[in-house]
Amino acid sequence: MQSFNLVRANDRSAAIAAGAQSDTAQQGASVRFLAGGTTLVDLMKLGVERPEHVVDINRLGLADIRKEPNGDVFIGATARNSDVAHHPLVSGNYAALSQALLAGASTQLRNAATTAGNLLQRTRCMYFRDLASPCNKRAPGSGCSAISGANRSLAILGTSDACIATHPSDMAVAMMAYDAVVHVQGASGGRQIPLMDFYVLPQDRPDVENVLKPGDLVTHVTLPPRPAGERSAYLKLRDRASYEFALVSAAVAVTLSQGKIASARFALGGVGTRPWRVPEAESALVGQAPSEVAFRNAVDICLKGARPQSQNGFKVELAKRCVVHAFKQVTN
Amino acid sequence: MTSLGTPIAAVGDSYDSRTNITLRVNGREHKLAVDPRTTLLDCLREVLHLTGTKKGCDHGQCGACTIHIGGRRMNSCLALAAAHDGDEIVTIEGLGTPGHLHPMQAAFLENDAYQCGYCTSGQIMSAVALLGEPVGASDDDVREFMSGNICRCGAYLNIVKAIQQVRHGK
Repeated sequence: MQSFNLVRANDRSAAIAAGAQSDTAQQGASVRFLAGGTTLVDLMKLGVERPEHVVDINRLGLADIRKEPNGDVFIGATARNSDVAHHPLVSGNYAALSQALLAGASTQLRNAATTAGNLLQRTRCMYFRDLASPCNKRAPGSGCSAISGANRSLAILGTSDACIATHPSDMAVAMMAYDAVVHVQGASGGRQIPLMDFYVLPQDRPDVENVLKPGDLVTHVTLPPRPAGERSAYLKLRDRASYEFALVSAAVAVTLSQGKIASARFALGGVGTRPWRVPEAESALVGQAPSEVAFRNAVDICLKGARPQSQNGFKVELAKRCVVHAFKQVTN
Repeated sequence: MTSLGTPIAAVGDSYDSRTNITLRVNGREHKLAVDPRTTLLDCLREVLHLTGTKKGCDHGQCGACTIHIGGRRMNSCLALAAAHDGDEIVTIEGLGTPGHLHPMQAAFLENDAYQCGYCTSGQIMSAVALLGEPVGASDDDVREFMSGNICRCGAYLNIVKAIQQVRHGK
């Protein structure tokens, strides 16, 4: 591991000022915020992350989970994944989020990993983690080893000729289905970013993964209230029944009125370079009676433009079956 | 309070700064100056010589390094020691002693819940924590919530038995 200077931030402005010293908040950042460390320390050991300064943000009072006066649920940046999963405000009205969190990693990791860290976790593409392999995300311009290599677990949506890395988060998939908003404080003030607009597609710069700038500190995420009577679920399909990343996953949420779908949300994990949600696919469900045909039609819209690689063509059909199965679960 | 003086740098071959911390391990305080790169795992093993906690993968994938931090189980290989200044840490050495085994340690012995033993301290630390977590109590729940502890010998069957024996107080 490369040497670094470790500081514990005592207040947010100090953390933000330290972060603002970096040239980028993306791959290659010289300043990194440390929360649970389950991604950052791992990647620092591999040499993928080589920050000169690490700022411990664990004692900034950012771990709250509470209901806001406007009805939103507030989830602090350093709230641990376990605490979020088991919190009654989450497991009650946001079941898919609770299920997504508990389907990810192991208890030990969930006890350390945080909300913001999970949003910002890095791809598990093996070439990104292997310094001996060309990788445009880790070393821009070096090439993509995955397109002609082992790509079975990689993305079919949002890819480019430069990168096909899958976004690994389960939590972010459920949060996206629930219209989560990411709250950021930066050197020039605060801003709110809908999670739908938080991640950027790789295009020709896969080292840039989100809209964060140097000094930007994610302080919390808010989840707007859900419609009365909504049912939701997270279904994760993987090679192993536990402690494994998704091949395909789906967060679905639906309300029914007189036998017809009144509102629907769904997002896919394991298939995109970011959590994948297409509002037009959701709109197509509204007014329909729940049926396999209706669900398949919606997921077809969601998967439009899918570009399978040599080994992951199965993900197209698997994604369709995953969404259909999850919707059936919540509309029975 | 124990002061071990200048510790050995646990990882890396050069460093230009050290961080002064107090580690509270198994009820004892240790004032240390550590290289910021030092993980809790390396600090426990190489500096405090508490070698019951094992290094398996060193990347948070196998669970051999599981300890309790603030009463919760975590992978000590992914925790920087300096980020846990003052936190209450419990390792396998703090759970029981050869003459006074923790019930989970006794149950692992009784149920033959290990073979080579390398993963065992991590399994036991996870198992003890599991019984205090808000999850289900079935054998399937145990298997699910113990999935962060890998056993290459395949002692899983008896690990589940040992945990359920302690849960039911038999």
